[in-house]
Amino acid sequence: MASGWEVTALKLKKLRSFSSLDRFKREILAEHPAGAPTVAVCTDTGCRACNSVNVFEAFREALAKAPEIRAIVKATGCHGFCEKGALVLIHPQEILYTQVQPSDVPEIIEKTLKKGEVVERLLYLDPATGKRIKLESEVPYYKPQLRTILGGNRMIDPSDIRDYVAFDGYQALRRVLEGMKPGSVVDTITRAGLRGRGGGGFPTGVKWKTARRAKGRKRFIICNADEGDPGAFMDRSVCEGNPHSVIEGMIIGAYAVGSHDGYIYVRNEYPLALEALTTALEQARECGLLGENILGSGFSFDVTISRGGGAFVCGESTALMASLEGKPGEPRAKYVHTVERGLFEEPTVLNNVETWANVPKIILGGVDWFTSIGTGDVSADPWGGSKGTKIFSLVGKVRNTGLVEVPMGMTLREIIFDIGGGVPKGKRFKAVQTGGPSGGCLPESLLDLPVDFDRLSAAGSMMGSGGMIVMDEDTCMVDVARYFIDFLKEESCGKCLPCREGLRAMLEILNRVTEGKGRRGDLKLLEEIAGGVAETSLCALGGSAPNPVLTTIRYFRDEYEAHIRDKRCPAGVCKALLRFEVIGENCTGCHVCAKVCPVACISGKAKGTHAIDEARCIKCGACFDACKFEAIRR
Amino acid sequence: MNRVDSIRKLKETLFAERAAEAGRPVDPTLRGKVAEILDKHRRRASQIIAILQDVQGLFKYLPESELRFVSRELDIPLTRLYSIATFYKAFRLKPRGRHEIALCMGTACHVRGAVRVMDAIIRELKVQPGGTTGDMRFSFETVRCLGCCGQAPVMTVDEELVSRLDHLSVGKALEKYR
Repeated sequence: MASGWEVTALKLKKLRSFSSLDRFKREILAEHPAGAPTVAVCTDTGCRACNSVNVFEAFREALAKAPEIRAIVKATGCHGFCEKGALVLIHPQEILYTQVQPSDVPEIIEKTLKKGEVVERLLYLDPATGKRIKLESEVPYYKPQLRTILGGNRMIDPSDIRDYVAFDGYQALRRVLEGMKPGSVVDTITRAGLRGRGGGGFPTGVKWKTARRAKGRKRFIICNADEGDPGAFMDRSVCEGNPHSVIEGMIIGAYAVGSHDGYIYVRNEYPLALEALTTALEQARECGLLGENILGSGFSFDVTISRGGGAFVCGESTALMASLEGKPGEPRAKYVHTVERGLFEEPTVLNNVETWANVPKIILGGVDWFTSIGTGDVSADPWGGSKGTKIFSLVGKVRNTGLVEVPMGMTLREIIFDIGGGVPKGKRFKAVQTGGPSGGCLPESLLDLPVDFDRLSAAGSMMGSGGMIVMDEDTCMVDVARYFIDFLKEESCGKCLPCREGLRAMLEILNRVTEGKGRRGDLKLLEEIAGGVAETSLCALGGSAPNPVLTTIRYFRDEYEAHIRDKRCPAGVCKALLRFEVIGENCTGCHVCAKVCPVACISGKAKGTHAIDEARCIKCGACFDACKFEAIRR
Repeated sequence: MNRVDSIRKLKETLFAERAAEAGRPVDPTLRGKVAEILDKHRRRASQIIAILQDVQGLFKYLPESELRFVSRELDIPLTRLYSIATFYKAFRLKPRGRHEIALCMGTACHVRGAVRVMDAIIRELKVQPGGTTGDMRFSFETVRCLGCCGQAPVMTVDEELVSRLDHLSVGKALEKYR
């Protein structure tokens, strides 16, 4: 990524004192005042698929030719509203342009940057009112959100540390190193009630305190950026869009627990995140914010980046540490916790990307601010509530897909319908899946459930890393359960028997059910095996693996029964139970179905009724999707 | 000669020929680069995953000859390298096609019809996931979540992300790589 500030020429001075950080910030702001007109183009992996890099280049070229406009253009991280990419945000007014193409750039420059007018056609069109909305903060998708973590993504150029510093970056670190004892940092995080954003919801402060007390030759800090949950991408977006916030959190954590060595374990599938983090680490080192004697405080800490190998189980703490040691990522039993004996047998604090990014916010904003957001009461017990915000990836069968950050305790209905705009194409909402493969599917009747760690667990699902996959009437819940067990069976490391063999047995049953060969008693058998797997597996992968099956049986038993008893898939997904046929009276003989059929099993003359040869039909559904006259039934 | 030694001797004679054959570099010009990778990671055994990733970066897969070379140079048993190379999904032991297709099978893609897209690609290229076409043009594999769930279903062809796929049009999307 590149900025308007010529990254190649970036020469950074080493900051040797606290006051030099202030001076650095003043210099940056003098060069580029905070209110300067700025074009922020989202160039996150998602928007790149919508041509956003070319949009950015078009802006850069055009603005280079017109220096009199004096606007800055930045390639930023994810703004969240992936559905409408490529996104362009004009600061300081915060005008949001959606679905921008390179050809739109001259008009934006001419009208908005030169004359202060708005390009109407590029504004977000509110489907509810039919009106165009000018400001980002007024768009219904953004309005109910509270973007304390993601907020930085829409202003900061991740490839330039000066941008982060200009927006109060590393001020929390400064405050900690200058005036706080390590113990009081731990105490602050504990009182704030910050809980692990990676899924478990373990109180971060409690973890840090144990690590601080643990005996060892050295202590390690790890950032878990091995975001393995399918359907979740908030960690990727934070790493790509605001890497310094993660690094700053890690340095503060290291100071609090007395560590000098940190690791970031990045997922193999995220090349841009790796690039952003590597650049950020190099720049932080150049500035003296990492390495020996940080800001002249006497405290030293550095971070090594490690690439994952594409194994879901490596999201588990002991497996991740084994992987960092250069071994296959197999978990071990946690009789002794990793905070006491983890990486290389030394006390280790492992937190997720989003958790680390929360740390500087708490230090700067204060405990009272943080605890004012969210549910419950954490003043006496860090498990007593869920505080702060949580980022969710709102995806699947929902109108507005993307990343949303909301205060803990917002209901599923508010997130899916108010922010997400509900289910598209007039279909009916069926379920929402939270917590990835360890989570569960929640039905319509639970839509008013406030989302926090404890309420989701009570409903049989979990927070997980924040995936929120919306399903509509066309999603088969048995198929979804089969999908997750298939996923987990593949990803099970095979070390312990209950997980390895139990998941295989469960998959066998689920395959049977989706193929229409389900037997009476299969549900009971599934529940029995699930109980055994959950109870006796070595690590959390197996321990939570049955959740997708158990919740779908609990909330969608009728769908299982339709498969087993009636040999019918109500959602029309399970191939073996499908039959496609032409509804004669609707068929206009347009021949489109026959054209798309990959096995040429549809016959019929032009303008005459067509017919499907069922014996040769592979049930791909191409004809069903291609027919414009609803003349094909399944 | 004790028993252990005699068995070792026998094994050496039996396998020497085979090992010499398998150890011949696939591309001698790249052998120096592999050695550079080892030095870059300071020949530390704990860095083995990163080392193998870099080696794979050179060849797109892990050739047996290079695994043997790494094993010999770092004094890590070949079996351990094999264990790592087969445990982590990122590693491949077979040569890859010119274009690498990775179809996302994440949850969001799944509920938006990734399975049907997969079936369409199988029909189109006549190759199963994990395989390579006979003309070595395409390698096709499925992956779990590329993290672009907002544009589901998605796939990557080499470095490029192709989004909002559907089973009716995926064939067309692949045409430009032929």
